[in-house]
Amino acid sequence: MALLEVNGLTIKFGGLTAVDGFNINIEQNELVGLIGPNGAGKTTVFNMLTGVYLPTEGTINLDGKSVVGKKPYDIVEMGAARTFQNIRLFKELTVEDNVKIAYHNQMNYNLMQGLFRLPAFWKEESVAKENAMDLLDIFDMKMYANTLAKNLPYGKQRKLEIARALATKPKILMLDEPAAGMNPYETKELMETIHFIRDKFGIAILLIEHDMSLVMGICEKITVIDYGKIIARGVPEEIKSDPNVIKAYLGE
Amino acid sequence: MIFIQQMINGLQIGSIYAVIALGYTMVYGIIKLINFAHGEVMMMGAYFAFLAASAGMPVWAVFLISMVGSALLGMAIERVAYKPLREAPRISALITAIGMSLFLQNLALVIFKADPKVMPRIIPTTPINIGSIQISNITIITFTVSVVFMILLTFFISKTKPGKAMRAVSEDKEAATLMGINANSTITLTFAIGSALAALGGILYALAYTQVAPTLGVLPGLKAFVAAVLGGIGIIPGAMIGGFILGFVETFAKAYISGRWADAIVFGILILVLSVKPTGILGKNVREKV
Repeated sequence: MALLEVNGLTIKFGGLTAVDGFNINIEQNELVGLIGPNGAGKTTVFNMLTGVYLPTEGTINLDGKSVVGKKPYDIVEMGAARTFQNIRLFKELTVEDNVKIAYHNQMNYNLMQGLFRLPAFWKEESVAKENAMDLLDIFDMKMYANTLAKNLPYGKQRKLEIARALATKPKILMLDEPAAGMNPYETKELMETIHFIRDKFGIAILLIEHDMSLVMGICEKITVIDYGKIIARGVPEEIKSDPNVIKAYLGE
Repeated sequence: MIFIQQMINGLQIGSIYAVIALGYTMVYGIIKLINFAHGEVMMMGAYFAFLAASAGMPVWAVFLISMVGSALLGMAIERVAYKPLREAPRISALITAIGMSLFLQNLALVIFKADPKVMPRIIPTTPINIGSIQISNITIITFTVSVVFMILLTFFISKTKPGKAMRAVSEDKEAATLMGINANSTITLTFAIGSALAALGGILYALAYTQVAPTLGVLPGLKAFVAAVLGGIGIIPGAMIGGFILGFVETFAKAYISGRWADAIVFGILILVLSVKPTGILGKNVREKV
């Protein structure tokens, strides 16, 4: 049984079928790419996987449990975390708080314990702080802990988004165009980070990207969609030479 | 001497406005709704306190019953009136809020009748003399209780898990949901806390003016709204600052200009703020990023 099993995933907005019969299997610790031209439906797939959209048809199983119809925060609890195409950090909060917020599903103290600062509050808050700092350390961002997220340089904001997603302790991490707007140097650094995360945390990663070099460089398997339909699937070498893919990207 | 005496009066009414303004600003911060029913929640809170006090309950129980009762009322209002309109245009929710305000006022009119009730003196009034200045113990209690709750709230918002969830939801509800935060229960909690604070304001107001009536919440509610806008709506320290400024302005206007003009001056502030710095004292100019 694969970690993530998606079958016949379809969503219709009015008369438009945005995604049609999408399927994918992702194993533990696999790094998979999902590519396609602009408007192909990549982010729509992500939105269905994370519970933002309810698919019209199809099944999504995460670790053997169906996530269709679940609320986004429940799906996070089940082990799927994501980042956003356009960065969506909590800008007015510090870097540390951004990460700590994502630890919420692992904290149990109640309102009264929090308000009156009972021992449970201190204990869990200090564990959360420690974990948040460890995560920031991995991303070499510990020195920014007290900086407001909006004041970080762009590349660091992208990294913080990944750190925040990791704080939810996911089994699968979904990255929506993590290299968007990055220069080649930053992109290269990011590729290394993604690789590192996968090995360090032992999680599966699903990556949406249209920067072909990034995807080809790190993904073991690639799925290509266009107009909501899968047009190719395989290892990077196969994808590179696939006539359908070339047609979709470059036209006839 | 009169000046210091008025300062103290301003501090008392200002802390009541500040406590009520906090509820306005918290709700606005999280769902961008001006909850015009907030003043009526305050009024209901005062009635809950009146009922508890009339039943001879001790002071702490009066506060507790009123605040918990109002928190439940606030949660019910959110669930019935605002939640179904979460995705609707903001103007629809705003109109609903006005409707809810009228509904609660008339409900109170039906249940408690129009004649004002005299609030039992749950705390005996004893004037305290410092030199030639006379301070009522109610003034000191009002100020102290308000400040304690403001400190608790500030700590709650900045340091605790649900407080941080509130800030996250107010910035980006969808992203917060995708980080594992239950946005709906966070919004409900915001209403509960805001309404409990409104009730606190209601009790303190009823203690100061010793009367409870169905229209009790109208003026303080509106003034707290002005205070929230003055401080920068959606910003918690702004509501506190705005509340105190408004309290001082009102008291000094009453003392040195004219009692009849005091309200006009207070609402004139709203017009002034909206035309000069619509984002309020602590507000930043928000530029929408495309």
